[in-house]
Amino acid sequence: MTRSETTTAEQVAALFSQMPKKGTEPVFREPWEARAFAMTLALHEKGLFTWSQWAEMLSAEIRAAQAAGDPDCGDSYYRHWLRALEAMVTGHKVTSASGMEARRLAWQRAAEATPHGEPIELGRDGTPVPPA
Amino acid sequence: MAHDHGPGQDGESHAGHSHEGSHLSETELRVRALESILIEKGYVDPQALDRFIETYETKVGPHNGAHVVAKAWREPDFRDWLRRDATAAIHALGYIGRQGEHMVAVENTPEQHNMIVCTLCSCYPWPVLGLPPVWYKSAPYRAKVVRDPHGVLADFGVTLPEKTRIRVWDSTAEVRYLVVPMRPAGTEGWSEQELARLVTRDSMIGTGLALSPQQAAETGR
Repeated sequence: MTRSETTTAEQVAALFSQMPKKGTEPVFREPWEARAFAMTLALHEKGLFTWSQWAEMLSAEIRAAQAAGDPDCGDSYYRHWLRALEAMVTGHKVTSASGMEARRLAWQRAAEATPHGEPIELGRDGTPVPPA
Repeated sequence: MAHDHGPGQDGESHAGHSHEGSHLSETELRVRALESILIEKGYVDPQALDRFIETYETKVGPHNGAHVVAKAWREPDFRDWLRRDATAAIHALGYIGRQGEHMVAVENTPEQHNMIVCTLCSCYPWPVLGLPPVWYKSAPYRAKVVRDPHGVLADFGVTLPEKTRIRVWDSTAEVRYLVVPMRPAGTEGWSEQELARLVTRDSMIGTGLALSPQQAAETGR
């Protein structure tokens, strides 16, 4: 038991030694990260949740991802963030998981109906998009 | 990398997918779904989202913290204020905002070096440092800095004198820390702007030290 714990801690230490630490990096690596970040700030400002509640939700998502095998090297951070945001939104009954799923499919249809390079707009495929 | 797919996240959406249309990754679809719903229901305003993003991409960053540190190095009264009530002292310089509501400044001395972490998630003093670097958000940093802070410093190429002990401060959703690094030798009489150039982001997290005048000249800061 002690032996495997030690090995794990050593592996973690080695993993950190190998991670890039120098130089500047973009604040957001992809536009969706920025949108997810900003939506969270907006909902917090609206009073939907306190920042402590947010930190709790985010750390729960991070723990769940780690338990599922994510080495959690910081690059998956905004995926955890997005899951926490979805959980917060459904938890406060702003919308439901099925509402989000239906809307996700609507965006997928819209994307597929949009010639490459044109802005993607909801309903582009001609199917009505019901409120979520 | 054009798309940020998680393992196995995007499998189905490729099936039967025509390449004449546009493609959004699974993650992008979820974000668009959420944003369109929140706009519809009046929870968010797309222009407000743009403003948040612009603020964090361009306005908020470690140059704010560097200003705080340089002022503390030059002005004993400000340093005392920062020690007593970092939140008020930092707000007085105009660095007000989310994740800066309750700040504590921890000062490095020859006896004690300070480092900050958030072991739970990634709490970080946004108004003075901007958003955290990838490594700060990583599980390996969060675990290693607690177990082996000397090892983390070695990873950053920093060695401390034998007699210096290390204290690691774990941030929470309520309290955020800012490390005030030691003022480098040979900077007597320097202006606030000159001093601020020596204060790196890492020196305010505690994974680095302030640059010496020579190092700053070499790196062209």
